[in-house]
Amino acid sequence: MTPSKTHTMIRVAEKVIEHPGESATLYFDAPITFTPGQFVMFWIPGVDEKPYTLSFVSPARFGITIEAKGIFSQKAIALEPGDLVGIRGPFGNGFTLPDEPAHTVFVAGGFGMAPLAPLIDTLLENGENPLAVIHGARTRSHLLYHDSNDPNRNPPERHPGDRQFCTDDGSYGHKGFVTDLLLDLLGKGASVEQVYACGPEIMMHAVVQICRGEQIPCQVSLERYMRCGFGVCGACVCGEQVVCTDGPVFDDTQVSRMADFNRRALLKNGQIVDLDTYFTWRQPR
Amino acid sequence: MKTEFLGIPLKNRTVLASGILGNSKDILERVYHSGCALVTMKSIGPAPRDGHKNPTVLDLGHGMINAVGLPSPGYDRMEGEWDELARRNFPLCASIYGGSVAEYARVAEFVSQKKPDVIEINISCPNSEKHGMIFGVHTDSAFEVVSAVKQVINVPLIAKLTPQAPDIASIACACEDAGADAICAINTVGPGMVIDIESRQPVLAFKKGGLSGPMIKPVAVRCVYDIFKAVRIPIIGLGGITTGEDAIEMIMAGASLTGIGSAVRYRGIDVFDKVTREMNDWLESHNCSIEDIKGAAHQET
Repeated sequence: MTPSKTHTMIRVAEKVIEHPGESATLYFDAPITFTPGQFVMFWIPGVDEKPYTLSFVSPARFGITIEAKGIFSQKAIALEPGDLVGIRGPFGNGFTLPDEPAHTVFVAGGFGMAPLAPLIDTLLENGENPLAVIHGARTRSHLLYHDSNDPNRNPPERHPGDRQFCTDDGSYGHKGFVTDLLLDLLGKGASVEQVYACGPEIMMHAVVQICRGEQIPCQVSLERYMRCGFGVCGACVCGEQVVCTDGPVFDDTQVSRMADFNRRALLKNGQIVDLDTYFTWRQPR
Repeated sequence: MKTEFLGIPLKNRTVLASGILGNSKDILERVYHSGCALVTMKSIGPAPRDGHKNPTVLDLGHGMINAVGLPSPGYDRMEGEWDELARRNFPLCASIYGGSVAEYARVAEFVSQKKPDVIEINISCPNSEKHGMIFGVHTDSAFEVVSAVKQVINVPLIAKLTPQAPDIASIACACEDAGADAICAINTVGPGMVIDIESRQPVLAFKKGGLSGPMIKPVAVRCVYDIFKAVRIPIIGLGGITTGEDAIEMIMAGASLTGIGSAVRYRGIDVFDKVTREMNDWLESHNCSIEDIKGAAHQET
């Protein structure tokens, strides 16, 4: 896809249901220049436009994974092949892979797996394997690109191998948090040289704290309400950082200096509120 | 490049345009440290308002179109932010809007007590049916709203004008007569529209939006030129200012300060530093000062 001045219209090529009624990945048949962790503004004409990271990228195809939470995402997972949508971007800064092969660990909370998945793909394409992929969710039905009930799922499970699971309710894998598994890994003396984390901000904060304690570089991807996507409207500011252009990927040093990381965010009207209030608005359940 | 504007010492001639980034003390402070002399908050309204659905802002390459729609927490629901701003170490302009003269006055009176260095009244936003611009296109309503606000505030007052006024100079005169201490010109041009030809519908959720960035600079320069001829109070000139040479042009039209907004998209947050350095370079290479060139385009040869 050649980025146009305003936006590019494109038709849904394929839809893969990740979890019925809850999530889907929409695939589009077009090339795109994209670094994992960047995002696009995804427009459904007549509905709204929201930022989404790309969860899959190949030379001729890209995908967006959507969790149905509000009106927009419900409409998005109801889209069908042939439906026309708009894309602006990609925008922002993505993840940075180490210059040399390194022991990398990926920590995903729920749909935080979506931006990490194409980064893991890139690593595998480079002929490297992650040291560990830790994936946690509320319940087994929120684990992404993995179906514990269906070994023959189509498309096949992404990144099988050393993938460690946990769920809040213990319905699959370890009962507890991704940080338990990360601490367990480190406690066994694993030599970890780089951590990538995405998920609820409280989870990323905990991962950053662990990594800083162990002096392991860590990159995280932040979520905020966005409008322009390119750094002028100010809707997504987090402290003095503009998430859409300075981020959405930040390293542990940057988030440690960020006054509002794991603390505050802006509502649509610009009011600065604590994260609980913000996420109650953003993630109605 | 240091100057004084309405009694406020400023480190240079650049101003952050309202509506760009000014959402919190932290980001305003960063803009100040990126070289901006006077930072303007996002317009503050009389009640909580979400603004429009997305898409709200599009980049046209030679500028932008936006209909963000004046989102605001509401003037009386920003206590935390006001507390932080009370401990600021930079000059602050508070932009306000209302849907009636009484609303403008109510918001202005409250905001004035929070002691910004200056209040800008937005009588020029095209992106709401009820707010802003209708006050800026008629001399009598402009006079009325400026008079009402002037009576209830104890900081200097800037009136921000729209190029949609049939005669922007007469609006500026009405504002000056009503007690405005300065004019800010211009707000976005238009409104315009972008239609997506595949889905056959306007792209902006609000359908129409104001134009900004390099494509509107000639309109902004003409407006400032016309206003400079008509009033004695100082002018903040903005609209498409992206480089130091753009800023010099605006000062030659008659501006004392130059606002910068959309250029943050094209040159980054440190565009303020860059523009100031480029202005200095131009002045040095032409062996002159800002005072020498202010309004220079008005001198008949």
